[in-house]
Amino acid sequence: MSGILTYALHHEGAFNKNSLGAVSEGARLAEEIGGQAAAMVVGGDDLTDDLCASLGNYGATKVYRARAPEGLAQPVVDAMAKVIKDDGYGYALFGGGLLGFEIGAGLTARLSAGVTMEVTAVKAQDGRLVAERPILQDTAIVDVEYVGDTGIIIGRLNAFDVAAPGDGTAEVVDVDVQLEEHSTRAVMVKRGEQRGADVNIEDAELLVAGGRGLGKSEGFDLCEDLAGALGGAVAATRAVVDAGWYPYAAQIGQTGKTVAPKLYLAAGISGAIQHKVGMQSSENIVAINKDPNAPIFEYSDLGVVGDLNKILPKLTEAVKAKRGG
Amino acid sequence: MKICVLVKEVPDAAVEKQIDTATKRLDRSGEKNLNPFDTHAIEAAMQLKEGGALEVEEVVAVTMGPGSAVRALHKAVSLGADRSVHLSDDALANSDVCATGYALSKVLEAESPDLVLLGQQSDDGECYTIGAVLADHLKMPSLTQVINMEVNDGKLRCERQAEYGYDTVDVELPAVISVGDAINEPRYPSLKAIMGAKKRPLETKSISDAGIEAGRVGSAGSRTSVLAINPPPAKQPGEVIEDDDTDETVEKIVGWLEERKLLA
Repeated sequence: MSGILTYALHHEGAFNKNSLGAVSEGARLAEEIGGQAAAMVVGGDDLTDDLCASLGNYGATKVYRARAPEGLAQPVVDAMAKVIKDDGYGYALFGGGLLGFEIGAGLTARLSAGVTMEVTAVKAQDGRLVAERPILQDTAIVDVEYVGDTGIIIGRLNAFDVAAPGDGTAEVVDVDVQLEEHSTRAVMVKRGEQRGADVNIEDAELLVAGGRGLGKSEGFDLCEDLAGALGGAVAATRAVVDAGWYPYAAQIGQTGKTVAPKLYLAAGISGAIQHKVGMQSSENIVAINKDPNAPIFEYSDLGVVGDLNKILPKLTEAVKAKRGG
Repeated sequence: MKICVLVKEVPDAAVEKQIDTATKRLDRSGEKNLNPFDTHAIEAAMQLKEGGALEVEEVVAVTMGPGSAVRALHKAVSLGADRSVHLSDDALANSDVCATGYALSKVLEAESPDLVLLGQQSDDGECYTIGAVLADHLKMPSLTQVINMEVNDGKLRCERQAEYGYDTVDVELPAVISVGDAINEPRYPSLKAIMGAKKRPLETKSISDAGIEAGRVGSAGSRTSVLAINPPPAKQPGEVIEDDDTDETVEKIVGWLEERKLLA
């Protein structure tokens, strides 16, 4: 089997950036190993012919469109499994993101297929795809090949660059999918709810980011004071956003925003991979953490091992003095 | 109803993790802890049992792994599980996600639970995928990364963060749910519970006990094969300051920022 089927996630009439990256990557790889560079879209009426065909700008030659509930993985598993079986695709490809993980995992079971996740690069070797996957907190990278008819590749967030849009058009094919009974037993009640204040961290040149190490919600006062002194904004990790300490709009990482400011100052953030993927392109990374073994020190330019409750207030005063004078 | 919680033994955080160069798999010696993410799944099961909105008769901890994995089960029982099932067989060694998902699904099929709970990821292989793999085998609806779960009209009303914000999803039972670590604060086991854990029923199953086809697990049944293990691209290590004297530390940080023109 050959050809690559890439899942393209959309919401309110626009495709997700990571999905466009995956579609671009699928097109590049299909060129090398042969076969279609196809994309799968699943959803409602906002999936117009024009929107679907626009994936051709990123190299897709064919777009399969299935009308099914949006935002949940299992209907997409049903749709992709059908297309892969009927039209014989060799690989299923996903950009970074929660749904891609779930859909890819479901396909693994459905098709008895090999899966790799957190993939940072894919290469063609002898007409087959080999996935590069970092393991053990990124201390090693394994090259993985697939055994059997289908391989499933789940990318890490931002792993695949979006190609410069060309003028290609993709053929749009409607797929009639009979959903499995279990795929209809989870129902979206409310999607994409924004919680907390709307803050803009993507345009800030200097970010002070806070994590669990702040200890409590009030710990963010220290971050806000420092960000104010620097003339920057405050960001947060998923753990503290889920705990309700800081608004969702300020969240960095896997399910949050991706930023690349001039300065990223991480306070009390241990630095799990899910956080790293959202900020590793920052120009200067400073980390303050009391645990000398925190993974964030592996990828910070300046690491400070110490108590942020002592350091941040004094740092704020010193920055104020410098910038004021 | 019955809740099965999947648990896993993972390397102690203090033990340096490494790859076995012969098998190209994670060297799992030196493992001794219950995956910390799994304690949130056990706590979620206990809260459902104690909450009373569902009639939970039994919480069963399930694991797959070598003999030493009973420690993870003992820990799970000390946190509240009523009994445990240990799938253990030499034929399972080196199973990948596809093979592991299949093997565990056979154990769960036999248990026929109304709810399967998992932690959001394992602390070692970072395989956050196993819940969705199991759900497809078991033909149950599924959701991962759930941070709030309430019983509503016999269904689970679940909340989680996805690509575009918070989603609220109603999931019918039976279901497979992976919980995020923000869902609860796991309790500490009492000394009495720790002491009593080894006396709770623990069933050990081989692959034939569980009806698992030998050809679908282990190296032979795996659908991925590791070709090579490489070091990551070299990165210039950053400067590190130990904070002994905070005034001095702050002076160094400010100097560092100024050098890079970040205090303009």
